[in-house]
Amino acid sequence: MNVLIDIVVSLAQGFYTTAKHLFRKPFTEEYPEYKRPLPERSRARIVLTRDPDGRERCVACYLCSGVCPVNCISMQAAEDDHGRRYAAWFRINFGRCIYCGLCEEACPTSAIQLTPEFEHITRDILKIVYEKEDLLVDHGGKDPDYDFYQHAGVVTKLYGKGEHAAEQPPVNTRTNMP
Amino acid sequence: MWVWLVGYGILIAKISLVLTVVLLLAAYLVLVERKLLGRFQVRPGPNRVGIFGILQPIADSIKLILKEDVMHDGAERVIFHLAPVIVAVTALMMFAVVPFGPEITLFGRKVPMVISDINVGVLYVFALSSLSVYGVALGGWASNSKFALLGGIRGAAQMISYELALGLSIIPVVMLAGSFSLVDIVSAQDELPFILVQPLAFVIFLLSAMAESKRIPFDLPEAETELGAGYHTEYSGMRFGLFFLGEYVHMQVMGALMAVFFLGGWHGPILPGPIWLLIKIIIVSVVMIWVRATLPRLRYDQLMELGWKVLIPAALINILITGAFIVGFSS
Repeated sequence: MNVLIDIVVSLAQGFYTTAKHLFRKPFTEEYPEYKRPLPERSRARIVLTRDPDGRERCVACYLCSGVCPVNCISMQAAEDDHGRRYAAWFRINFGRCIYCGLCEEACPTSAIQLTPEFEHITRDILKIVYEKEDLLVDHGGKDPDYDFYQHAGVVTKLYGKGEHAAEQPPVNTRTNMP
Repeated sequence: MWVWLVGYGILIAKISLVLTVVLLLAAYLVLVERKLLGRFQVRPGPNRVGIFGILQPIADSIKLILKEDVMHDGAERVIFHLAPVIVAVTALMMFAVVPFGPEITLFGRKVPMVISDINVGVLYVFALSSLSVYGVALGGWASNSKFALLGGIRGAAQMISYELALGLSIIPVVMLAGSFSLVDIVSAQDELPFILVQPLAFVIFLLSAMAESKRIPFDLPEAETELGAGYHTEYSGMRFGLFFLGEYVHMQVMGALMAVFFLGGWHGPILPGPIWLLIKIIIVSVVMIWVRATLPRLRYDQLMELGWKVLIPAALINILITGAFIVGFSS
């Protein structure tokens, strides 16, 4: 008899639990209507950012394409008449990209960055390959104030010897002698 | 001659009306089930097609019709084609004896609100119910696939076992009503629905009806974790749709029979008879969906144990007690 009561009680508890849920409001996020703001560092569409002066940050060092585990990044380096390196063309095949973020980690100039924007799927397969024009944005991304050429110590027409940020003027080796 | 023609016309009109309502209800039962399951699981359920997903059944059927209909070379062609038809048709044919309301008078003629009032209606229902075993077993066998065959055998064993409990649980009702005709059974519940007199029989009937229509927690023939999809593993497109339709029509049939045997059929205050029957069918279906949302699937030996060791003895004892009461009161 006790067993029977046990069975009935536990069944009733189960049915009560589900019935209770019938009157709760669903907490489902309905996607196209509600887009949850993703964390700043979530990894989706890749962009090429610009430095505070509005110049391209990318110096075409090939580190991102070198570190890319699926080889989806390719580029061609060139040098402009200021003495700065830049990418003549830059291409990311998003059909291959696994959004691992290693390119962002490898980038010395903070040029290549992953954004939270994940809705760039298309039915046209060729539109998945992004060229430099598609990748370039006109802002600094996650660190807007960083300027590689200000810190690098590389002599260009913009920053001569000793003119970089936090750089001492060049030492005259002759006056330095004992 | 003229009278005959009119009679046939009325019969065909009744059949087409019932078929339309039943098929529409089957389609929308799927939607109701999906919506309710969603709410039970605290999610909205289908809501993309039309307002509140109202057009979902139409989208579903278009999808089923347009899907590729695959049949592999090893299948037994004729039986493979026939099996889903058997399941759907036997389920649909059971509605032939369900009374929908009191007799009405149309143009001076009395029109009974039942397609066919046969005096062995209960036997007809159980005969068709056991025929639908063929659909499952042959579907599984004709697929020429291990999983489908196992699912078919399981389905056959389960359906035959629960058929017994189903039949036995009805005997007290027949004893009380004194007739095998469903119309007479309904009219016997004029004052008092039999659920109040026969609660045990009602519980046994509900459990075996769920097992008969292969509803969760008795959906072992389909057990997708072990058997792929059971007896309809190899079916696709509209053929699978027919199995699906059969299941949902069967749900309605069981709801209708439960209403007829225990809940007073079309009897009810204020509203007309067919509406009451519809309400009762929907209530039974909603309870079945609630059960689906609550209980996990039984193990196979537990299923057989419940059928043979609990339900059948309980039904037999119920018959004995009812018989004793009837004899005691009449003498």
